[in-house]
Amino acid sequence: MVDLSVSVGSLTLKNPIMPASGTFSEDLSDVLDLNRLGALVAKTITRELRSGNPTPRVCEVRGSMLNSIGIPSKGVDYFLQNTVPFFHEYDTPFVASISAGTADEFAELCEQVSVPGVSAIEVNISCPNIEEDGKAFAMRPSTTLSVMEKLRGATDLPLWAKLTPNTGEIIEVAQAAEHGGADALVVANTLLSMAIDVRTRKPKLGNLMGGLSGPALKPITLRMTYQCAKAANIPVIGCGGITTLNDVLEYLIAGASAVQVGTATFINPTAMTALVDQLTTYMEEEGLADLSSIIGSVRDGEAADSQFLEATS
Amino acid sequence: MTGQVHSPASDSTEAGPKAFEAVCTVKSNDLANDAYRLLVLDAPRHILKCQPGQFFHLLCPVTDQHQPYLRRPMSIYSFDEEVGELAFLYKVEGEGTKAMATLTPGDSFNVLGPLGVGYSIKPDWNNLLLVARGVGLATLAPLAQEAARLGRKLTAICSARSEAALLSTEHFRRLGTEVISVTDEDGSSSVDNLRRLIEARIAEEGVDAFYTCGSNRLLKLLQELGKKHNIPGEIALEQQMACGLGMCQCCVRPFRKGDDIVQLRVCKEGPVFDLQEAMGW
Repeated sequence: MVDLSVSVGSLTLKNPIMPASGTFSEDLSDVLDLNRLGALVAKTITRELRSGNPTPRVCEVRGSMLNSIGIPSKGVDYFLQNTVPFFHEYDTPFVASISAGTADEFAELCEQVSVPGVSAIEVNISCPNIEEDGKAFAMRPSTTLSVMEKLRGATDLPLWAKLTPNTGEIIEVAQAAEHGGADALVVANTLLSMAIDVRTRKPKLGNLMGGLSGPALKPITLRMTYQCAKAANIPVIGCGGITTLNDVLEYLIAGASAVQVGTATFINPTAMTALVDQLTTYMEEEGLADLSSIIGSVRDGEAADSQFLEATS
Repeated sequence: MTGQVHSPASDSTEAGPKAFEAVCTVKSNDLANDAYRLLVLDAPRHILKCQPGQFFHLLCPVTDQHQPYLRRPMSIYSFDEEVGELAFLYKVEGEGTKAMATLTPGDSFNVLGPLGVGYSIKPDWNNLLLVARGVGLATLAPLAQEAARLGRKLTAICSARSEAALLSTEHFRRLGTEVISVTDEDGSSSVDNLRRLIEARIAEEGVDAFYTCGSNRLLKLLQELGKKHNIPGEIALEQQMACGLGMCQCCVRPFRKGDDIVQLRVCKEGPVFDLQEAMGW
């Protein structure tokens, strides 16, 4: 019997596979048994109602996609009255995801969603669409530290800081999030991108720019997962382009304690449970009892490691 | 590889239709005219409890020349639960449909559905009028199937560029639909002529409901006539989709609800909407 359970701070997950925020909702509950997943991560909410960005909100690029949905939100009251009770029916930890325009609003919302039925709060300090030109708290260590400190003061629940790949300071931002009180890092959100229709010469997204997700993003967020796992002393949850079992293993070997699957679910709605099955089979075939010998097992070597960190800092 | 998916339509029918991911086998994929193909699939029967106007989310094949990534939503052209057959009529246009055009008999094809809320035919709607143009006629073809099953009279005003470009008129006739063809070629497809045709139909036999899809021009005309004569109607709308299941919020469109304008998901609250609530584009 293979044990797929992993720890993310104080939380124990039955397996390391969970949805990425924004690619999952109650609607998936009939395509797969939500109890088979490691955790359930809600779509990001804001305190107020938001209608989201103009359409088109997605477009595809070769082997991947761009989105600029704009966090349409029914607000915190709807979330507390409908979403939380819905997921309370499952014995899988439910993770809220929140966002706000200022650190104070962020903290206020964080306090509001700290209710029974919520096991952890993912703080989306990285969504590239929400502020002008994709600016976000997690682009800089200083703004990351200050927002995380405020959030830490607002809740006793585990805080997962969702980082952005749109920064040249991923290591410093990861450390700032840890110092600010994060219990785990989710690495990472989508990468700010663009696509243009050559015939009409218009940007393909209504919001002009949007986040890249899918297989094209994976090598970048895998690299950042590796860097964050090295630099921080809190668990890292890998996220970005995970489609196959090999992708899952790469993230775990790079140091992720768990992974989030997003865009793959759009192509194959049962992608997550398929990955749980494939991971189980892999462990059996490899004769491994649990994931401890995989997580962080990258054979990078001292010299290569220091060179790599230098080259990117 | 079959998964059961929550269907938003499950509340509205007694059988509680479900959606599934299923691998079908291509029976044929022949040209319907110079721009359209008809894809006929051998499909498992359990995925064929469809409502007219519902769609499937198609995983188009990746070929050397075409690499579609996301699934493509496509309205059902016909379905036959008895025979185990599902068909799509499509215009070969973009990356996804060009890839679909390469399918040959015997190939596997992964579909997810049936999805969304389809057209309704209320018990007291006996004289049904559908007005559609081009590939929109494909979306409305299952309505003819359903009207025939329920024994309602359906008239289809089929519009196209030319007589040669008219699609599905034979398919409609076989299903017992009265077909009125109008074309750009002879000027009969103009809004003014359509208005005259529909007004005459209302005056002669009465019309209980309008059905349409896709065209802004037809939407405006039917909204005008619907308001004037107090005739209800339904329209199927399109929007780019990613998940097709209601999760990603990508496929929204604006609708009038009383004094408000609300954003609804085409995949989940639609693709068929109330004619008067729909907004032009």
